[in-house]
Amino acid sequence: MSTGPGSASRHWRNQRLTAISLIPLGLWFVVSLLRQPSLEHAVVAGWFARPPQTLLAVLFGAALLWHSLQGVQIVLEDYVRGRMLGTSLMIARVLHLAAAVALAWALWCIAFGGSA
Amino acid sequence: MSDSSERPLSPHLSVYRMMYTMVLSGLHRMSGLYLSACAFLFAGWMLAVALGPAAYGGAVRFFSSLPMRIVLALALAAFWYHLFAGIRHLAWDAGYGFEKRDARRSGRIMFACAFLAFAVTLVLTPAGRFLAGMP
Repeated sequence: MSTGPGSASRHWRNQRLTAISLIPLGLWFVVSLLRQPSLEHAVVAGWFARPPQTLLAVLFGAALLWHSLQGVQIVLEDYVRGRMLGTSLMIARVLHLAAAVALAWALWCIAFGGSA
Repeated sequence: MSDSSERPLSPHLSVYRMMYTMVLSGLHRMSGLYLSACAFLFAGWMLAVALGPAAYGGAVRFFSSLPMRIVLALALAAFWYHLFAGIRHLAWDAGYGFEKRDARRSGRIMFACAFLAFAVTLVLTPAGRFLAGMP
């Protein structure tokens, strides 16, 4: 956990970076999802298995979870006080990390393994 | 990630007269939190895809239930709202639109864009029509 001068402005800037990248990535995900002819397993697996789409999904997942953690962190800092703050921040980090690992594993299987 | 103690906090709302621009700001935060929760649904859905057709079938049954369709339709609304409100916030960060009149006008435009995008995607796309229970 880095502290000291610059950490707040770094956090602020990083949050804008993930926000800006989520404009195209979020639009890509939602519009592609809505435009799928059906959401059967073969269709969805085929969608994410094409290399450019796998890459976009990795970028989307990373930006989404990072931006989500940054946002949750800001809300917790505003409304949670004292020792509970540190605990809740830790829980948020662990949950987001777990989701990132699950997502990375899932995309790896979809892209390279067929069905696990 | 950094320690939180030295960062500026949200202002204390009770000292301000209520304006609808403040409601929009609060909605940005709430839609963001809602989308955070939905990010975990996304991870779960992708896990189900990776685990194969049997697991995926279970996920589809779960997401097709009426409560989950409402949750997902709200996620679609939250997505469009957070997107357009977020663009408005980024414009402020870049130094544009701070005047009170501009902020109110951009708030109305943003809300209209989000509502329109939500309505169009809900009614005109296959997945949207499924969420809305339309044939």
